[in-house]
Amino acid sequence: METILNVKNVSKTYQGAGQTLTVLNDVNFAVEAGSTVSIVGPSGSGKTTLLGLCAGLDRASLGSVELNNIKLDKLSEDERAQVRNRYVGFIFQNFQLLPTLTALENVMVPLELRGEKNIRSRSITLLEKVGLQNRMHHYPAQLSGGEQQRVSLARAFSNNPRILFADEPTGNLDVETSDKVIKLLFDLNQEAGTTLIIVTHNMELASQTKRIIKIKGGHLVADELN
Amino acid sequence: MDIERFKYKRRLRFGWLLKMAWRDSRRNRSRLFLFISSIVLGIAALVAIFSLGDNVRSDIDSQAKTLVGADLVIESNKRVSSRIRPLLDSLGDQRSIERTFASMIYFTKNDGTRLVQVRALEGDYPYYGSIETTPARASRAFRNNRQALVDKTLMLQYNAKVGDSIMIGDVTFAIAGVITKAPGRTGISTTVAPPVYIPLKYLDSTGLIQKGSRIATAYYYKYNNPATIGSIVSGIEPRLEKEGLDYDTVEERKKNTGRAFENFNQFLTLISFIALLLGCIGVASAIHIYMREKIASIAILRCLGVNSSQAFLIYLIQIVTIGLIGSVLGAVLGIVIQQQLPAVFKDFLPVQVTTTMSWKAISQGLISGVVISLLFALLPLVSVRNISPLYTLRLAVEHVRFRDPLKWLVYAIILFFVAGFTWWQIHDWRQAIVFTLSILAAFLLLSLVALLLRWLVRRFFPTSWNYLWRQGFANLYRPNNQTLILIVTIGLGAAFIGTLYFVQDILISRVTLSGSGNQPNMVLFDIQNNQKDSVAALAKQYKLPVMQQVPIVTMRVEEINKQTSSQVKQDTSSGFRTEAYEWEFRVTYRDTLTSSEKLTAGKLYGPVKTADDVIYISMEDRYAKRIHVNLGDHIIFNVQGTLIPTVVGSLRQVDWQRVQTNFRVVFPTGVLEEAPQFHVLVTRVPSPEVSAGFQQAVVKKYPNVSVIDLNLILTVLDEVLDKIGFVIRFMAGFSIITGLIVLVASVLISKFQRMQESILLRTLGASRKQILFITALEYFFLGALAAATGILLSMAASWALAKYSFNAPFTPHWLPIVVLFAAISLLTVIIGLFNSRSVLNKPPLEVLRKEV
Repeated sequence: METILNVKNVSKTYQGAGQTLTVLNDVNFAVEAGSTVSIVGPSGSGKTTLLGLCAGLDRASLGSVELNNIKLDKLSEDERAQVRNRYVGFIFQNFQLLPTLTALENVMVPLELRGEKNIRSRSITLLEKVGLQNRMHHYPAQLSGGEQQRVSLARAFSNNPRILFADEPTGNLDVETSDKVIKLLFDLNQEAGTTLIIVTHNMELASQTKRIIKIKGGHLVADELN
Repeated sequence: MDIERFKYKRRLRFGWLLKMAWRDSRRNRSRLFLFISSIVLGIAALVAIFSLGDNVRSDIDSQAKTLVGADLVIESNKRVSSRIRPLLDSLGDQRSIERTFASMIYFTKNDGTRLVQVRALEGDYPYYGSIETTPARASRAFRNNRQALVDKTLMLQYNAKVGDSIMIGDVTFAIAGVITKAPGRTGISTTVAPPVYIPLKYLDSTGLIQKGSRIATAYYYKYNNPATIGSIVSGIEPRLEKEGLDYDTVEERKKNTGRAFENFNQFLTLISFIALLLGCIGVASAIHIYMREKIASIAILRCLGVNSSQAFLIYLIQIVTIGLIGSVLGAVLGIVIQQQLPAVFKDFLPVQVTTTMSWKAISQGLISGVVISLLFALLPLVSVRNISPLYTLRLAVEHVRFRDPLKWLVYAIILFFVAGFTWWQIHDWRQAIVFTLSILAAFLLLSLVALLLRWLVRRFFPTSWNYLWRQGFANLYRPNNQTLILIVTIGLGAAFIGTLYFVQDILISRVTLSGSGNQPNMVLFDIQNNQKDSVAALAKQYKLPVMQQVPIVTMRVEEINKQTSSQVKQDTSSGFRTEAYEWEFRVTYRDTLTSSEKLTAGKLYGPVKTADDVIYISMEDRYAKRIHVNLGDHIIFNVQGTLIPTVVGSLRQVDWQRVQTNFRVVFPTGVLEEAPQFHVLVTRVPSPEVSAGFQQAVVKKYPNVSVIDLNLILTVLDEVLDKIGFVIRFMAGFSIITGLIVLVASVLISKFQRMQESILLRTLGASRKQILFITALEYFFLGALAAATGILLSMAASWALAKYSFNAPFTPHWLPIVVLFAAISLLTVIIGLFNSRSVLNKPPLEVLRKEV
């Protein structure tokens, strides 16, 4: 199987107030294309930092991250932005929709950035898949939390990413809405054959992935198959 | 796939950027309007002034002939010698002569008397344009009869009508018409001594032309072929110069008028530019806060693959568009204002000004507006490049760096632009740099005060005070505070208003001071030798003190240390200034100093007793320095053809502020007693009634004697200052209103900043009164400190102007300062509270849904 993500000896430290804060310490793992992985751990364990490094949002202090065989630490911020646009999709805990864009426009943005064709019809299809065909021209402020996260799902899949990173995707949702969103996430993921990496402390959600990586105090403490 | 196969392509996708800029602005357009409003007035003022400049320049070109009224004018301030007269009589195809002098006129109907400028005219002058009169035919008709044309203001002042009589010297003239406009005269130039035209043929019979009288003569020529003027003038120039005659042609006048107007126009442009700069601070501050609020959106875009240039360009497009819309609105408003400018500046403009739309002025205003607003907006905008996508993952360790080294480059470009713009207006790098540095200094000082305030409040925070006071104080330094921007904008506004007030006060008090107490307030001049004693007796008859009675002899410098005027002109290494040779000195003779004089070098040598005695003169020290003359230098004076050799024996310091006769050169007694001379008598009249009675008696008995009533001069000066003050206030209005808009915009923007916490306080149970108190306290501190700093800044500037420019003492009145301080502080509080009313008056949830 092809390795889509390869994390080698990754450490992340921050300098502040005269002392060094180590958030991640010598983390190693690899993810195969098409698999589903959860990164779990208590608050402050470094799991979101790890997601940021894997998705190319930040650079590791030590070690290297290869995404789709591209060494991210050798790229500039703008080059990493292009990598994200081509190969990565995101789902955030607080949805992170652009407030001045309608639901449809939010979904269109990644495709517009790539200069693709038939953007509108593809985006409408995605919104229909997440059940928002009647809310396409609404602004985020006019949508409920669940609806916003569904727009976020549609946006995440719009550019046919090779890998999808979800940061606490149900963290801001009630149980009932969470279930619907998770089902939608896994269905869409299966349909697209995308690699899915979820950062969460919700073990119920984690249990739905094929592999669970446990982080504690910046160390990888367990890497188990489900 | 390998790294080698990942080829980074930096694509901007401009169409998409435009689309995103448009989408992103959607929910902020009312906020963006605030940015626009800050620069609209500054650009409007610039476009209006640029247009006025363009119109006046083209009007000067088209009306230059009517400014001069002839193709060639030759002027002399002294009697024209017989050597040059044949030349003067042979020039031109048509000729006119005008003799001008100051004299009293007497309105027979109501006994009114007033010093005027009598212009005795012969010939058909003006050949271009006309002396505009009511009725129109009067301007031609008066020349053939014993009639006069009288200035409009004079007619109004003395309630005179056409057909009434005036006396000038011994001759009575019927008023044929009222002068509404004469060639080349602006309102201000006719205010002190309004013109009265009479036919030249009656001049002699007035009896006003006597020895020593100061009369200027102008010879006006019209040529059938004006193209030959240039060669004619260059042919006769040396002879005219030798005889001390000046000449003026249409081309010369065009240049001189243009130059005088350019100075005025530069002043107006720089004031407009200050308004624009003030507006730009508002733009920079608003964009700064706007960008802070956009951090989340930018971070999301960065996550989705937008590169730093694209993120920067999305907002740059918004700012350029705003700047362009603001500039276009400003230009439209400028065109409207331009229609009013000729009326506002009518007393200062040399020509009849048209109000044509000037595309050049509009494009200059538009470009200046867009460029300067963009530069100021770039200050916060460059930080967009540093916004990391990590912000989306709520990683608090990642702060947005708003301190970007590129900002220093933007600051440098702004300074260069300001200096460049100023140079473009005044064409003098030194002054441009001084102007730029002065503005920079004001900005820095106010910023420093703001930073100091923040530091002091933090350092000495009153922890034991009650919550409301602590909250009000803490708002001055907590994140998203508006301390810096509000103190700079309000402070600059206060400094501007304060300086305007103080300068006006200095100018007025300088004059009124001279006329107060027991200072003289009336000067009689042109008194002949044989009238000296009887005029003094007449004054005593009216119980007026003869405070000074001095003889005056007019003379010119012939040689200084054996160097003549032409030698000095040729010898550039010579230290003497040629102006010394061109000046007509009015000299007195006495052996003592007056109370307004102080000896600074040498000594007074006393009376000259024999013809062999050396004549030691005394010179005013500042003038001596100006023309590079020292103690012991030899000067030969020409007194009506007689050469008198003298030596500089002493230098005096003279207090020119006193209303009395002061002299640059004082001769000893025993030299000039027999020279042609006139006398000046200085007195003090107790009331306008006594003044009028005395003047009537003087004019009736001694028609050649002119009277200057200082009270009248004060009134006139007051009017002139009022007119100047109005122009300054009109122009300053742009800055002041811009300052207010920036203030409103800054406070409104800070409302968005404070909204969250005010709502939180409301939710936690804070009463309307408590929030009101906290808000009022914060704005009061900001307003009061900004006003105090601004006023101090204006006092420093006014003191410097008083000391170095006006040479006057600076004693500010405290009451207006307190009023200004209170007004600005109160205005800030009112605007602050007014803009926060939505937080105070509505339920928290409603506000949250609507505004956050």
